Amino acid sequence: MKNQKRWGLFFFISPVLLWLVLLIVLPQIDLLVMSFRLENDEGRMVWSLSNYLSFFEEPIYWLTFVRTAIFSILVTLLTFVIALPIAFYITKVVAPKFQGFLLVLLLLPFWVSELVRVYGWMILLRESGVINHFLTKVGILGQPIEMLYRDSTMILGLVYTSMLFMVVPIVSVLESLDDSLVEAAYDLGANMWTILFKIIIPHATPGIVSGSIVVFMLTLGNYLTSNLMGGKNSLWFTEQIYNQFIASFNWNQGSAFGFLLLILSSIIVWLGLKLTRQNLKKVVQ
Amino acid sequence: MQIDLAVQNVTKKFKDFIAVDNVSFDVPDGQFFSILGPSGCGKTTLLRMIAGLTEPTDGNIEIRGQSMLGISPNKRPVNLIFQHLALFPMMNVRENIAFGLKRRGDSKSVINEKVATILERVDLIGFGDKKVDQLSGGQKQRVAIARCLVLEPAVLLLDEPLGALDLKLREQMKVELKKLQAKVGTTFVYITHDQSEALVMSDHVAVMNKGLFEQIDTPQILYNNPETPFVAQFVGDNNAWSGRIRRCKDTRAEVETTQGPVFRTTVRKNLQSGAQVDLFLRPEAMLIQPDPSLTDLNRFEVIVKDILFDGANSRLLAHPLDADTELLIALPQTRQFDHIQKADKIEIGWDEQSGICFSRKENQD
Repeated sequence: MKNQKRWGLFFFISPVLLWLVLLIVLPQIDLLVMSFRLENDEGRMVWSLSNYLSFFEEPIYWLTFVRTAIFSILVTLLTFVIALPIAFYITKVVAPKFQGFLLVLLLLPFWVSELVRVYGWMILLRESGVINHFLTKVGILGQPIEMLYRDSTMILGLVYTSMLFMVVPIVSVLESLDDSLVEAAYDLGANMWTILFKIIIPHATPGIVSGSIVVFMLTLGNYLTSNLMGGKNSLWFTEQIYNQFIASFNWNQGSAFGFLLLILSSIIVWLGLKLTRQNLKKVVQ
Repeated sequence: MQIDLAVQNVTKKFKDFIAVDNVSFDVPDGQFFSILGPSGCGKTTLLRMIAGLTEPTDGNIEIRGQSMLGISPNKRPVNLIFQHLALFPMMNVRENIAFGLKRRGDSKSVINEKVATILERVDLIGFGDKKVDQLSGGQKQRVAIARCLVLEPAVLLLDEPLGALDLKLREQMKVELKKLQAKVGTTFVYITHDQSEALVMSDHVAVMNKGLFEQIDTPQILYNNPETPFVAQFVGDNNAWSGRIRRCKDTRAEVETTQGPVFRTTVRKNLQSGAQVDLFLRPEAMLIQPDPSLTDLNRFEVIVKDILFDGANSRLLAHPLDADTELLIALPQTRQFDHIQKADKIEIGWDEQSGICFSRKENQD
């Protein structure tokens, strides 16, 4: 009987296990091993740390990473600043029957692939694009300007892509915020800003932190938006990884960069959690 | 006497629903004023208008002689204790109490001193560093009160704050609130649907129904001399009889009830014979097996349906001989009536002064 149960469990869990082991764990282990391997002068593979060391020795690599990390933090902050009022509006201001409608509106862009959405932005923003056409027609611009391939455009695209992942967790924490807390603070003499900083944000912190982690990680690991909208100047770290794998065909270096991205971004998230005095367990709940 | 709160012809409409309908009242300084009404009668809306969380459609609200129209809640000298208290869970007790003082820009030493004083006043010394969720129901209650009282508001508004407590604690808090109010001398405006809370604590009670004030009076007058059938039925228990005036002279009338018995009663004003009336009789106005020597009693016989034992508040559930109407009769626990059993036939008598009679026309609304 007991044996039977165990076999049943094994039977149902095996697809998941196979998936995990074959498609995630094994390739990762292979990449990890690869990142420590190096072809020496005689053309034989030897164990080495030089793939990792070159990241720190070559300024272009670590500067690209720092740039990517700073921009990702900026994108996270911007996304938060835009998402909080939206989430507040959806949960507390708008009539309940429109809440679902607004959430669907937020979701709607995600029904098309990221690639299509980014091309949408490119149609709008490029030199011969809709916005330039309109502005020159109206006479605000003398001649069209290139709006694509700038840092600001790239940030715009990344914020747009990340919005949903910030709004949804904040909506779910704000839903549990008792309106009377806000009213009580108002009644006790608080103005709008004090209510925001003393009541709403402290209450929403778990949602804000989990949204921020997701947005930060997604932005840091984003390849499509940063490359298409930032162009060759984007200097996004994922592009470096891509170049190592595809352009230089240096898989060992590429996998070392991949693991560095994982480790460094985890350290940044950990620091962020420490700074906001949150712990992962509370945030994940 | 200074009037702390004056509500003048205040009306609040939500689309085509009138929540508060032309209500006026004054609350003098230091009074415990209650607004009593069933849920949905508009009392919370009225309170929120005084606090400034809702704007009245019409009318004026004055606090200490100053009109509060258009003044936001954070600028009004009133504070509201919410039904579920709305203590800030992200702060400890001290921070909760200091919240309003900080917003006012008091200095740190002043805040510390005031918080310490108010904690002592509500018997919570040493609780300053506790988290809100570490407190019991009664302690939370006192923190909520302290948080408002520390600001020394002209009027403290309370929105059924005892509703969430269990019965024993509620009884205790009633007395405590009353004592606290007497001690601090702040004007309290308390709303509740629980008539016992209103009667026990208040100096004056307003009974509200469907957005209107039915009567404003002291608890005693409200109980003994209700002005409308609604007040008679809502404040305390009452047995209702419907009937017809058989004879009426000045304030004495003879009522023939549809349930059978004919009663003599006093009426407020002269009624024509034949007028339809409602007669209300308190459970404790009915005496069980009254002494035969007592004259001036309406006497009739009832059959005991059940004995509702509830300590000092025990009742008999009975019906008149030939009718189905259920009557509640107070059963004093003096051991004198221990022999009464279910299905017994007993005599009931009531003094003609204690009947409350309304003409049926007033009753129709």
